[in-house]
Amino acid sequence: MAKASEIIKLIQKKHKKAIIEAHEFRQDPIVVVKKDKLLEVCEFIKKEKKLLFNLLVDVTAVDFLPYKRKPRFDIVYILVSVDHDHRLILKTQVDEGEKVPSVYHLWKSANFPEREVYDMFGIEFEGHPDLRRILMWPGFEYHPLRKDFPVKGYDFDKKWDPETIRDKVFKY
Amino acid sequence: MGIEKYLPDGFVLTTTLEKIVGLARSYSVWPCTFGLACCAIEMMATSLAHYDIARFGSEVFRPSPRQSDLMIVAGTLTKKMSPMVKTIYEQISDPKWVIAMGACASCGGIFQTYAVVQGVDQVIPVDVYLPGCPPRPEGLLAALMKIQQRARGERFRDRPDIVTEEDIKKYCIERNIPEKIEAPVNF
Repeated sequence: MAKASEIIKLIQKKHKKAIIEAHEFRQDPIVVVKKDKLLEVCEFIKKEKKLLFNLLVDVTAVDFLPYKRKPRFDIVYILVSVDHDHRLILKTQVDEGEKVPSVYHLWKSANFPEREVYDMFGIEFEGHPDLRRILMWPGFEYHPLRKDFPVKGYDFDKKWDPETIRDKVFKY
Repeated sequence: MGIEKYLPDGFVLTTTLEKIVGLARSYSVWPCTFGLACCAIEMMATSLAHYDIARFGSEVFRPSPRQSDLMIVAGTLTKKMSPMVKTIYEQISDPKWVIAMGACASCGGIFQTYAVVQGVDQVIPVDVYLPGCPPRPEGLLAALMKIQQRARGERFRDRPDIVTEEDIKKYCIERNIPEKIEAPVNF
């Protein structure tokens, strides 16, 4: 089990130019990389013998609209190495309207989490085999976890009619 | 034998058909479960040995709506699931009753969000609301007893004729949700 600083050093040695920032938080390394070098870094950390991050736990995103930060979203990959027993949190910064390469070909478990990020934030993933809405129904126009979407949604006080979405959701 | 020893020969009992049928219906209310979320666990607990729901007549929880009388909506109803609730309700044959179990099924609970239907009575007509998060098994038994009282006291002509979709809409509730719901405490 390598320590967090060693993991950061190993990645920095190979991909010095890709990393924007790297630090450690509660014994977990957090590395922020540039979006165009994302696939190279992912392949490296999956195949390198000392790192071997073969389990992708989750893909999620953060919306920085209240902070008015220019790359609006932050995509977070949580990776775990089963063989060496260490974790890594990998982040990239994406702006609105930009697409992110999908890591489905490296970790198959990225299928549903990337679909959830697309559904909730509207970030599209290139190379994803089946990118469509997973939690909301197809035809829902908004992306709910963005910060400009109200918690109650639109039309909260109107009565809900399930017939509006019956043909999209249910085949009977 | 028991009580038959003390009854006179040729014993004739007069009552109304509604009362006998109501008595029979009330003591064998078979639920069709619609366990959606955490309240389903309490419903399971009610059906286990400690708070036995079988002693009230609900011997089996039929998985099929065709074979049940009562629909217990236990849990949060999301908008995506609402056509399914309606379809299952329509498939239960008359007479049918509905228990909205828990806060989420009664009024949306703590989830005043974009994806939760604020109360299952916007979609299907409800007979008994059972508050709690989750309600205790004894609460579910109390709701079942209220349904039994309803079944006993019903007259045939009072039973609404729910056949078409307009009938269902007629018995659902138009909820007046105020614009802003004030929380008593500022978080």
